[in-house]
Amino acid sequence: MKKIATALSIMLLAATPFAAQASPDDDLKAFRSYFTKKFPDVPKGDFINGVYSVDAASREQWEAFEEFPSYEIAVDDGEGKFHKKFANGKGYADCFPNYKKGIKQNYPYFDTDSGKVVTLEGAINKCRTDNGEKKLKWKKGTITEIGAYLASLSRGHKVNVKVPNDAKAVAAYNRGKQHFYAKRGQLNMSCADCHYYYSGSKIRADILSPAYGHATGFPVYRNKWAGMGTIHRRYGGCNKQVRAKPFKAQSDEYKALEYFHTYMSNGLEINGPSQRK
Amino acid sequence: MRITAHLLTTTASIAALVGCLGLAPSIASADEGADLAKGKELAFNRKKGNCLACHQIEGGKLAGNIGPPLIAMKARFPDYDKLRAQIDDARKNNPNTIMIPFGPHAVMSSGEIDLVTKFIHTL
Repeated sequence: MKKIATALSIMLLAATPFAAQASPDDDLKAFRSYFTKKFPDVPKGDFINGVYSVDAASREQWEAFEEFPSYEIAVDDGEGKFHKKFANGKGYADCFPNYKKGIKQNYPYFDTDSGKVVTLEGAINKCRTDNGEKKLKWKKGTITEIGAYLASLSRGHKVNVKVPNDAKAVAAYNRGKQHFYAKRGQLNMSCADCHYYYSGSKIRADILSPAYGHATGFPVYRNKWAGMGTIHRRYGGCNKQVRAKPFKAQSDEYKALEYFHTYMSNGLEINGPSQRK
Repeated sequence: MRITAHLLTTTASIAALVGCLGLAPSIASADEGADLAKGKELAFNRKKGNCLACHQIEGGKLAGNIGPPLIAMKARFPDYDKLRAQIDDARKNNPNTIMIPFGPHAVMSSGEIDLVTKFIHTL
């Protein structure tokens, strides 16, 4: 009997961390307040500029880049491709009727019908396959161009990701949160190690960007890539840097991470596409 | 058998002691110098210790500042073994540390950790 009781309490202990955890809204308040206290000189809305919000030295160079941003071609190409009709005569605008008003701030969202997190890239490809077209590649290329165009129309809108009162939605959010805080890879580092606890510190010559505001600027033109990439492309790179096996772009794992990660930028303005080092 | 093994290690350590104490001092210090050079190389190697990612070290450029600068190491770690243990697996002192568990995660071999510790202890 005692054994059973012990086993039960262990199971309960294992199950409670998430059950007893703070609500997403409490998490967001704590997250936001951590960063605003850690970086008291950064105006709250400026966290959308990533590392440049906390690194005065590289900000100047970045602002010069932004005068003639490298992502501008992607926005133009994206506009052209967005308005090109599919073979069946329909187009992206039929899938995204509100695109002109800006829609990026609502992604990713939880779809209660399918029980899944829907990313903007996922919605773009679903639009294609629903209309008899082939899927685009997930991490770079056309999908980032269309994403860049849609983001550019969403600039200034505040990130507004919701976690509905739905067990699967909460589970997806918690899975992403778990990914963010869990140690991984041969180097045993979590996303949080670099981008929460040590954000603003230097790793070699690079300053670590604060996770607060990370999600507002995607897709990004990254100088290191010499091209555009989605947020999942970046996640894969981060996981590799700590010598962990990356997950696939648009895997449930990365969709969950994007869900949590973007929720943590709620209330900040969309400024995508943007340019990063 | 156990006694034999014990005898053997005792003999070996006496031999090592004698070696250090005076029979071959020049050779020992040359080895020591080579070890320190190897230790420094491993400490600076991005795929091995990569200590500069987080710590300032004399002679290293563009060091990070996540961890404390590596100075006055003998004052901070009078016990060499404690320094070695910290480099091997810093989680024992702080389970949430960002420092890489070099030994248990096989980022460096035990011999490489010895060399890095020797070098760091001189700073």
